[in-house]
Amino acid sequence: MAEAHPVGFQWVMEAKKRGAKVIHVDPRFTRTSAMAHTHVPIRVGTDIAFLGGIVNYVLSGELDFREYLLAYTNAATIVSEDYVDAEEFDGLFSGFDPDTRTYDTRSWQYAQQEHTGNSEAGTHQQRETASSMQHETHGAQMPGFPPRDETLQHPNCVYQILKRHFARYTPEMVERICGVSQEAFLEVCHAWTENSGRDRTTALVYSVGWTQHSVGVQYIRTGAILQLLLGNMGRPGGGIMALRGHASIQGSTDIPTLYNLLPGYLPMPHATDHPDLQSWVDKVRQPGAKGFWSNADAFAISLLKSYWGDAATAENDYCFDYIPKLTGDHGTYRTVLDMIDGKVKGYFLLGQNPAVGSAHGRAQRLGMANLDWLVVRDLFEIESASFWKNSPEVETGEIVPEECATEVFLLPAASHVEKEGTFTQTQRMLQWREKALDPRGDCRSELWFFYHLGRLLRERLAGSTEERDRPLLDLAWDYPVHDSGPASGEWAEPSAEAVLMEINGYEVATRRPLSSFNEMKADGSTVGGCWIYTGVFADGVNQAARRKPGSEQSWVAPEWGWAWPANRRILYNRASADPDGKPWSERKAYVWWDEEAGQWTGHDVPDFEKTKPPSYRAPEGAEGVKAIEGVDPFIMQGDGKGALYVPQGLIDGPLPTHYEPVESPFRNALYGQQANPTRKQYSRDDNPLNPSPPSSEEAVAVFPYIFTTSRLTEHHTAGGMSRYLQYLSELQPEMFVEVSPELAAERGLVNGGWCHVVTARSAVEGRVLVTDRLRPLRVEGRVVHQVWLPYHWGTGGMVTGDSTNDLFGITLDPNVLIQESKVGTCDVRPGRRPTGPALREYVEGYVERAQANDGAPVVTADADAVRASQAVADRGEQA
Amino acid sequence: MIGKNSLFGPIDPAVESGYSDPPARKGFFTDTSVCIGCKACEVACKEWNAIPDDGFDFLGMSYDNTGALGASTWRHVAFIEQPAGRRDGGSSAPVDLGMPSIRTSDGDTAAEEDGKPDFRWLMSSDVCKHCTHAACLDVCPTGSLFRTEFGTVVVQDDICNGCGYCVPACPYGVIERRKGPEGAKNVGIAQKCTLCYDRLGAGMTPACAQACPTESIQFGDVDELRRRAEERLEKLHADGVQEARLYGHDPNDGVGGAGAFFLLLDEPEVYGLPPDPVVTTRDLPRMFNRATAAAVTLFAGAVLSFLGRRR
Repeated sequence: MAEAHPVGFQWVMEAKKRGAKVIHVDPRFTRTSAMAHTHVPIRVGTDIAFLGGIVNYVLSGELDFREYLLAYTNAATIVSEDYVDAEEFDGLFSGFDPDTRTYDTRSWQYAQQEHTGNSEAGTHQQRETASSMQHETHGAQMPGFPPRDETLQHPNCVYQILKRHFARYTPEMVERICGVSQEAFLEVCHAWTENSGRDRTTALVYSVGWTQHSVGVQYIRTGAILQLLLGNMGRPGGGIMALRGHASIQGSTDIPTLYNLLPGYLPMPHATDHPDLQSWVDKVRQPGAKGFWSNADAFAISLLKSYWGDAATAENDYCFDYIPKLTGDHGTYRTVLDMIDGKVKGYFLLGQNPAVGSAHGRAQRLGMANLDWLVVRDLFEIESASFWKNSPEVETGEIVPEECATEVFLLPAASHVEKEGTFTQTQRMLQWREKALDPRGDCRSELWFFYHLGRLLRERLAGSTEERDRPLLDLAWDYPVHDSGPASGEWAEPSAEAVLMEINGYEVATRRPLSSFNEMKADGSTVGGCWIYTGVFADGVNQAARRKPGSEQSWVAPEWGWAWPANRRILYNRASADPDGKPWSERKAYVWWDEEAGQWTGHDVPDFEKTKPPSYRAPEGAEGVKAIEGVDPFIMQGDGKGALYVPQGLIDGPLPTHYEPVESPFRNALYGQQANPTRKQYSRDDNPLNPSPPSSEEAVAVFPYIFTTSRLTEHHTAGGMSRYLQYLSELQPEMFVEVSPELAAERGLVNGGWCHVVTARSAVEGRVLVTDRLRPLRVEGRVVHQVWLPYHWGTGGMVTGDSTNDLFGITLDPNVLIQESKVGTCDVRPGRRPTGPALREYVEGYVERAQANDGAPVVTADADAVRASQAVADRGEQA
Repeated sequence: MIGKNSLFGPIDPAVESGYSDPPARKGFFTDTSVCIGCKACEVACKEWNAIPDDGFDFLGMSYDNTGALGASTWRHVAFIEQPAGRRDGGSSAPVDLGMPSIRTSDGDTAAEEDGKPDFRWLMSSDVCKHCTHAACLDVCPTGSLFRTEFGTVVVQDDICNGCGYCVPACPYGVIERRKGPEGAKNVGIAQKCTLCYDRLGAGMTPACAQACPTESIQFGDVDELRRRAEERLEKLHADGVQEARLYGHDPNDGVGGAGAFFLLLDEPEVYGLPPDPVVTTRDLPRMFNRATAAAVTLFAGAVLSFLGRRR
């Protein structure tokens, strides 16, 4: 955190000053470790084993926050008797189909709700469209009230399942798998449990490298299980904080730049499953289900009204047909491979540098070299704009500048200080940004670019009678423009505040801004571009621009910026009070029930219906919001409970299970199933994977070391904002590779000298930095070396160097299609890598020796276990 | 007139320099125990003062690639990696200068046995000390270096003639003449931190302190900073961080106390700081007196010898 988020880290230092204990778990000793009380080095890619060990420590010692657990989580809920755990099927859950490598999830459901699960065909489509992502805010939707056992004794209640699932994740096992000593592990266990409960809370903070694993979603799930067991969710000082990689990444999922989501986490409709508005809306709200998604029709129709204005009417399904539809996997990596295969003509890159920043840089560049046109909007001529004339592939002869047909349009972009707008940070807080100065020359904002691109397209199409042009021509595309600034008249800059106002939403008839998404209507009388942002323009005031100093308001500081939803600073904060509505303790009082006033009150905006008392119980047959009881804090979940066990929405299992990284020198110590069996894999010659067990030992030994990557404080991701600036470039002027003194001795590496790192994809070189901050770990009884590389360099800028992401292949988490780009195996050699065509020959030599292209089996669990798991699904089918 | 205290001992430098009723003396307290090594101070300093880059050289010294304070680096963050068994604890322990090295096998086994690396990574942002008795200023023949009303020491680049006397005079090796790059501003001119004299005049905080995210660099009145430093030291000692110590805060030290002083977690040498800096002009009066005495003696001897010959 100190490395990549130094400004946010000031608050950790502040907490430390006040007595907080800081623990840092990281493969290497970083600037964060330097400030922490304890640094726990861990083998990369073994986090589920580590956190699962803590879950087991909590459960076997009954150290959970029992009252919270019983009331607010699904610990007592009883799961279908068809469910069989991964512990019994060698690392597979029940319902696995080895052909599609997906699950029939009917046996994972709660008892009596088996029908709400997916067939494996359904799960397959879910993986293609990364639709698990919607569960980020949706949670599981379920009808009725599943049976519960408040004594937690029923063998199939979630609590007992959890206990059995993690029973083998002992301190000994953690030591064996993660290379973490039992003593260090137990120190973390003690600190976490002792600082959780009525009086104390623990925060879990991760950076998004955690998501970049073939089991990334399940990493975070394990953290969520722990925080729920210990009662750390929905309470001050608790929670799980995802530190995002850029200033407004939260904003770019809220109002997404993702192929499978629309604003406010509405799913992108699917071409065959959602032929009309009703089927799409029903998919979101699931009629009969509980929770706030039951109002999805109002959110969806208000969004359509914001796109197509007056043209959107009840008669034409509010122009639902105009929305592009999904037909399968359109993720960024699929798209890149399709570019290589010649299926994609054009590409827009806005402030993104995949030639350096994305996994498998060679595939990225070869893909872009096979387009008809490419638009790059950036501050400098980044590698993604210059790949055709200056890149590793030009060196190797794979791209010939004279022959590369891609027409690149490099358009200069305005920086964040040269344009107005908002940033949404990880606490979901929007902060308005004024323009500090006009951009130079032709530099313009993204808002300007898209507004005028839309305007020009519409002008070109004006008068068209083609039906296919209607979506563009019917767009509501009239925004007020600034009369001052870098451009004027026809080319003026549109008002970002007007766009924010449209996102907030308003009444069509009066143009009165909405103050809450509860005011949104499903009859077309309201407009709203992103329902969760409604309220940011309440009373016609830009609430995101509020800047009242912390010293002049309460410690929750509600008048600084604006947080969605409804300016609420902690989500699910009903959980900060006990079931009766009283604070768990004086020290941790946050939101509570005021009996006299008959409403919820406290330091924050209560995340609960204001006047619904703790004693409220749902009447028989209730659905939607009415079915949420007075003791159900997790109001977006179908049962109002925090999900220790997830019956719906995950592709790789209802519980996190330790799988080895796809490239690992070790056999999975817990299961025959080596790595995530449902991972998204693209097996092709241009995407070879380093061999892992159970492949032959000789093959695995070709790449004997583990490598991981991350950022340096001095640079910003793919370097587009740092390598072109002298003051940042001089601070970290060269690509380097961190190795331990032991590995340096083993491979003859000299501090300050050169070395190169090789995988089946490429070889990259860098200067050697020998440091004690990297320590060899003892795993499975033998010593393993981990190598660390920053990934900031490329062929452009003031300081150049090889791009680390060229080392990675493409393997994705099945739930959200994020690449595994934080762990891989490699070889490390002294000296510089070969150049020119010799580089490819050199890498091919490795591929050959490791038989890396032979396609090792993905399903490695015992054959009987695979059959038994599949049989569960077949039984369900017959029933 | 050269008084005893003018070149040594505790004084108020601004008053001593002839300012009547100057503002309170300003300085930095750099608390290295909370420095996270982000180098925001280095960047903010260069941005504000328009300093050229110091070369794109990979030094292989942990995360330090600017090396040391100099004409084009007015704030410098040092990174010191301390493996187990190399901790200070006493002056007899070997000093690690942050150079990467191969661990000795016996020095490390203890740490490996319990699996917990007993390892420190010290970070510290160094800067001109703005000495109470500033030798650079004392030796400057042009008056380019001067004492400001805030008690700080500033070079006037349009007056400096590049003679370089100040460079060896500094007991910390801070001031330096800019060597390049060619065409850059002030090549050949002595350069160092001005404590953002231009910002102070406008009532602003110096750029480095403004940019520091963890309040490792604190700016303020030197008296107040000294109080805060003492408090912080007591707190750290109470928390069991016995190796914490202040550096440069004592008005009775060799430079009369620094305007920019530090809280360190190890011996000053570990951070590349001199353990007992003395203003190089401290002995000037004595040297002058002795030289005079010697000259007088020589002269007297010469006279005597002539007298003797006559006799």
